[in-house]
Amino acid sequence: MAKKSVWSDNRFWQRSAAWVTGFASMLLIWLTFDTIPQIMLGTDADLQNGVTKRVPGPTVINYKITYEMDKKRGHEIPVIGEKEMFFGRDDYSEEEAAELLHLGKLGSQVKNCMNCHTLLGNGAYYAPDLTKAWLDPAWGPEGSMQAMTGKSSKEEAMAEFLQNPSQYPTHARMMPNLGITAAEAKGLVAFLKHLSSIDTNGFPRNFGKIQGAVHGK
Amino acid sequence: MANNYLTTESKKLATWYFTFAAIIFGAQLLFGLVAATQYVIPGFLFEIVDFSVARMIHINALVVWMVFAMIGSVYWLLPDETGIETVGIGLGKLLFWVFAAAIVVVVLVYLLVQVGPADETSLWLIHEGREYIEAPRWADIGIVVVVLGFIYNLYATGMKGNRSGIVTVLMADMLAFAGIYLAGMGYTDNISVDQFWWWWVIHLWVEATWEVFVGSLAAYGLITMIGAHRKVVEMWLWIEVAMLFGSGILGMGHHYFWIGTPEYWWEIGALFSALEPLPLVAMFIHVLYDWGKMQGEEAAKGQDVSVIANKPAFTWFVLNAIGNFLGAGVWGFFHTFPQVNLYTHGTQFTSAHGHLAFFGAYATLLIGMFYLAVQGKNGIKVMNTTKKSIWATSMIFGGVLGMTAALTLSGYVEVLVSRAQMGATWAGYFDSQASVWFMQGMDWRLIMGVITFLGFFVLVADLLSIGKATHHKR
Repeated sequence: MAKKSVWSDNRFWQRSAAWVTGFASMLLIWLTFDTIPQIMLGTDADLQNGVTKRVPGPTVINYKITYEMDKKRGHEIPVIGEKEMFFGRDDYSEEEAAELLHLGKLGSQVKNCMNCHTLLGNGAYYAPDLTKAWLDPAWGPEGSMQAMTGKSSKEEAMAEFLQNPSQYPTHARMMPNLGITAAEAKGLVAFLKHLSSIDTNGFPRNFGKIQGAVHGK
Repeated sequence: MANNYLTTESKKLATWYFTFAAIIFGAQLLFGLVAATQYVIPGFLFEIVDFSVARMIHINALVVWMVFAMIGSVYWLLPDETGIETVGIGLGKLLFWVFAAAIVVVVLVYLLVQVGPADETSLWLIHEGREYIEAPRWADIGIVVVVLGFIYNLYATGMKGNRSGIVTVLMADMLAFAGIYLAGMGYTDNISVDQFWWWWVIHLWVEATWEVFVGSLAAYGLITMIGAHRKVVEMWLWIEVAMLFGSGILGMGHHYFWIGTPEYWWEIGALFSALEPLPLVAMFIHVLYDWGKMQGEEAAKGQDVSVIANKPAFTWFVLNAIGNFLGAGVWGFFHTFPQVNLYTHGTQFTSAHGHLAFFGAYATLLIGMFYLAVQGKNGIKVMNTTKKSIWATSMIFGGVLGMTAALTLSGYVEVLVSRAQMGATWAGYFDSQASVWFMQGMDWRLIMGVITFLGFFVLVADLLSIGKATHHKR
């Protein structure tokens, strides 16, 4: 009589399931130990010394950020350039910048941004993605938002809009008033500027590069 | 009910969980309808119940009703599998009321308070603003306590009674399911780190532990409803566990393409998530194969009576096998490669996948459990379908398929216009939203959503009345 095949043995499959699950879990944990240090916030010293971090430190708000094609990697990456004024200053200390980022990140959760917008592409799809909102031409000197809000800089225009969104309706689908204070708005704009400096492996593609491709505008 | 045929307290508790789950399911659909209406009529309930609030309740109610129905399902099957009354059932009953009361408070705060100032207190008392697990921190802690009690019930019963393969899988799976929740409870200023851990909860729930739960429940259903052989079913269950965890755990990589994490997640995410549909194919084949096999054994005996002991529940279990494969498998596979996901990430395409996957993989099976509970409660040997069950099934399944098709088309417009052509800017986003195809998609989504919602009322009417129908075998 032939012996019962192992392939129809429940114990064999139970052990296989345990081994496969254990192996996959260990690999995930190992990769987590590799990934987390790579995505920790950088420091002010990194920024001053031109050390590239996937997630720069909060003082990145003192610098100009652009989104440029990297030939070697084959996609765009955020590039941190010269000093740039942010609400009239370019000398935020590490503590001040961290405090602004803290207020902004906390605000982004409490004001429930993610249930209309996407952040890093995650969230709801009722309003534009905010990953690179800081770099959006609509808020730049040529864009409509500065003129609409009567402000002369990107950060002030954004802060004004965030405090009184329904006063500046750009579309039938409007942002509601969320009771955002002036301080919270400043924090949120700092959060958005920091967000745009995160290396997202080229997402979104071609951001802000193509204008007027639709409807012949 | 005058006649309650349930002989164990565990099953009675299960019916409480199912009842509350069905109510929250209704709330999920209602607020989904509000959000869908706002896409078509943007001024609808503006600054009263804004999209963010409606959507938060929509997706949070989704998670809550499914968790309730899942816990209820375990309390339901435990006496059958272990042969004993659930250990510590009094604690389980107490925790049910704590859990239900907490959920009511959380939803009322979402609806009436909505937002607070940007400080820690708001995170503790109002919500945490991270989709699917928005519950404020006090509720997080409460959920952990309740789930620990549930885990105690499960483990104590599994160790005292007969620990079948199904119970063994559930014990391991539910512990992981509860433990993973802890990864989503912290706060950090670093959004990349935040989303990294947030995905541990969301992904390892819906693409790993919840799927294994579905496998266990389907195994239980096949044994109880068509008399499938336990040896075969449990062997398949172990194979499914190996396939689901083998692909699903590292399939997490597909959420780490663009959140600041290193490039190597492209390869890991692409490889393992491409394998994720395989166990879903296996589960689909397994359900249909076992059905055919059992019916064939009857035919060999010269019988032409159906082997199915609960037709409406079995219908939902089969729809689960199909829906899981279609919604999670096919619709997930569509956009799981980084080359595609670069353009589809964060569009209605994701939403289409989300709707069919959550419904196909989980809602279907849990509705099937509702029918099993009705059968047990009314002491029915063979439960047949009614006109209402056929209508409810067709309207809900058809409605969700319709919503998925509509959202998929709208998603394509976003991918082409907003992403490929316009590079995802503010202007590009609104150009896609103004496209005729996109807007028609949203109209159809709303229409299909209404059909689903109406189907829900037929389902509730059927669940409440089918037990009294006279064409069952008692």
